[in-house]
Amino acid sequence: MKKSNFMEVTFSALSVNEGFARVCVAGFCLQLNPSLDEINDIKTAVSEAVTNCVVHAYPKGHGMITLRCEIEGDLVKITVLDKGVGIKDIAKAREPFFTTKPSEERSGMGFAVMESFMDKVDVDQNEDKGVCVTMYKRINRLQEQVSNA
Amino acid sequence: MQIKSKVYNNTLYVLLCGELDEHSATHTRITLDNVFAGGDFNQIIIDLSELEFMDSTGIGVLIGRYKKMKDRHIPIYICNPSKQAEKIFKMTGLYDIMPKIV
Repeated sequence: MKKSNFMEVTFSALSVNEGFARVCVAGFCLQLNPSLDEINDIKTAVSEAVTNCVVHAYPKGHGMITLRCEIEGDLVKITVLDKGVGIKDIAKAREPFFTTKPSEERSGMGFAVMESFMDKVDVDQNEDKGVCVTMYKRINRLQEQVSNA
Repeated sequence: MQIKSKVYNNTLYVLLCGELDEHSATHTRITLDNVFAGGDFNQIIIDLSELEFMDSTGIGVLIGRYKKMKDRHIPIYICNPSKQAEKIFKMTGLYDIMPKIV
């Protein structure tokens, strides 16, 4: 029978919480016995998604970010959602090097990095406004490596 | 983020220690600009061996410093990136402007 587990945490959209979000997801995923590379890939992708919320979602002030992590067997599903201003053109926003804030030395590589470090990334407008980023990654390679050794 | 630096043989060696993300980006930018502003050197080597985490925010920070040093004809080189940083550098073509050295 597949293992399943779920966690959710909501925190202020402040850059100081980026490290918290990374460590929170990484700690939750440890039960799958991931490799260090898999954990670092997940931390990088989570950081990109949370940074997007911190930088873009709430230009007029304070807001919240909800981070969910679901484990179903060896599949990790991470959801990062906000209730902010949303994204005008999601397809455009996902293009590498696209940024609405070029004057702030931003690379515009956030979504490209998420896609590169995870198996699949979905970006949707959240029903309460805002953005919902869902990322998937299968974690089983360390166990495979050990059993194949 | 802690930044250590020293000049040796006309080279400015910079060691980034800690995490480079949106939260530490402003401090990193300001500190690097201060370090780059002084001293007698004709090239810069940024050592990432003590950088525990970096996301794409780091790309913006590094490209910003590259643009400033380009005006002074001072090249910047990168060494000891983590596997994740290396992947981001390759995706973005950063090594085309800041080559990796061993």
